[in-house]
Amino acid sequence: MGRRGRRDRRPGHQRSAVLSQSVPEPAGNVPAGAPVPPDEIKAVPLRHPGRWIAAAIVVVVAATIIRSVVTNERFGWSIVGDYLFSSRILDGLVLTIELTVIAMVIGIVLGTLLAVMRLSANPLVSGGAYVYVWLFRGTPVLVQLLFWNFIAAVYPTISIGIPFTSVEFYDFSANSVITPFVAAMLGLGLNQAAYQAEIVRAGILSVDEGQSEAAQALGMTRMQTMRRIVLPQAMRVIIPPTGNETISMLKTTSLVSVIAVKDLLYAGQLIYAVNYQQIPLLITVSIWYLAVTTVLSIGQYFLERRYGRGFRRNEPETWWQRAWRYAIPRHAKAGGTS
Amino acid sequence: MAARLALRDPAPREGGGHVVSEPMVKAEGVHKRFGRVEVLRGVDLSVDAGTVTCLIGPSGSGKSTLLRCINHLEKIQAGRIWVDGDLVGYRQRGDRLYELKEAEIARKRAQIGMVFQHFNLFGHMTALENVIEAPCRVRKVRRSDAIARARELLERVGLGDRGDAYPSQLSGGQQQRVAIARALAMDPKLMLFDEPTSALDPELVGEVLDVIRGLAATGMTMLVVTHEMGFAREVADQVVFMDEGLIVERGTPSELLANPREARTRDFLGKVL
Repeated sequence: MGRRGRRDRRPGHQRSAVLSQSVPEPAGNVPAGAPVPPDEIKAVPLRHPGRWIAAAIVVVVAATIIRSVVTNERFGWSIVGDYLFSSRILDGLVLTIELTVIAMVIGIVLGTLLAVMRLSANPLVSGGAYVYVWLFRGTPVLVQLLFWNFIAAVYPTISIGIPFTSVEFYDFSANSVITPFVAAMLGLGLNQAAYQAEIVRAGILSVDEGQSEAAQALGMTRMQTMRRIVLPQAMRVIIPPTGNETISMLKTTSLVSVIAVKDLLYAGQLIYAVNYQQIPLLITVSIWYLAVTTVLSIGQYFLERRYGRGFRRNEPETWWQRAWRYAIPRHAKAGGTS
Repeated sequence: MAARLALRDPAPREGGGHVVSEPMVKAEGVHKRFGRVEVLRGVDLSVDAGTVTCLIGPSGSGKSTLLRCINHLEKIQAGRIWVDGDLVGYRQRGDRLYELKEAEIARKRAQIGMVFQHFNLFGHMTALENVIEAPCRVRKVRRSDAIARARELLERVGLGDRGDAYPSQLSGGQQQRVAIARALAMDPKLMLFDEPTSALDPELVGEVLDVIRGLAATGMTMLVVTHEMGFAREVADQVVFMDEGLIVERGTPSELLANPREARTRDFLGKVL
């Protein structure tokens, strides 16, 4: 190595000597540290007539739709305004958000557990997780909701005790414990866990095996390795689909209206069952779903930034920076910046 | 070396009783299979405390696997390995071997530093966080103490000013030096280097070898799998040539690299030197 390095140095010296002889001028005149700025290209920009035509079409179509929606009396916009902040709709909204949060928490906790189980070396443990995912992913969530709602038909009483013995600590009537809200929670949460398990598993598998090897070589246990090294890096892969799932869950909660849980949609349905203003109330409800979805998307954006740490050389620009750059293209401000 | 081997009782003893001449690493008849492929076919090795051993040989000869068996990242199928007198991965009572619990294996691994070909720095942590992670989590060192020590170590590998950089912001050579600092933070009694410079651009090899060379000068016991023959010649006390899962030849650098006895060693050295 050392010997080769010494041999290499000689031709390099000669080459640089030749270079400085052939172009002595710049080396002599220009002071060090002040490079000559290059002549920037000034050309007539290419025109894009196609873009203008497309933009015109979009504007015309959008204007037509907006005009028809605004001028059509039967949309009942004043009724939308009346009900948007009514207490019944807002109660429904709160319940929808509660249900979304609870179902996602159950889904994420149980899903992570199932994902770790799937990757276990013990075939019974990984097999159990596989069967769970197979069962809950393989049946419609609407069926599962109804199933939990009617669970009292199969198990009239629920008791906590030691299996295969007559020892029982508690015992309650299923009808009093499994209220429609609890059935909705179980139905949505347990179903979500099956999907979340696959998302988390993909995330764990995306982390290079060398990471856990390095952690184990340092004397970390498998639990520590999973919690401190693998899962935080898996988050980068887990967060975007989980954000999707949360938004999807917000809307899936509307299914619980079939088991008479007074969520956002059901609140609207109860109102239009009396006043027959179906469309205005569905619009009211949709506005709220859209509003919450928007908030969730923004939250997801910041979570992704947080867990992307260390995987880029530079922090990515924020969305407003990107919007700014898009609005004012670089050549427009090229004069001032270096 | 033959004399020292003769002094040792080849039969394993209970517990970790130390003998003055105890080698830091001792392997006897080590066999390792991956499925049907026999990667190690009866390897005997002895590394004295405070010495540097370089493992050389063609790729696929089992050098890296042997290294990984020493800290039990791989389980061996036959033979015994001792580190500092302790059997690796098992406890022996009478004729029976008992598998160690995960926590016990982890405790032993914590005393052996390992540096990987692809660095394997934790990507979500800064250089400093990489170095303090194991002392804080495994040794339960106070965070402020761990940070002070980590800064010292980063300084020592020439990266005192890059503690806040993420691995993706460091060059390969810098990453590997952080990886060395990370291993040293656990105060290991043995360092294993698995081709530490093979994934580096040629101009970055030197800075990593300099750090390893400096470590050798402090008397650290080291086992280095390497393709850098110049480095082996300069730093090693013992060079071991492996081929097809067996140790073909071993000796001092001047013996083995300058005057190999075996035709296979001559053949290999002829290709790489």
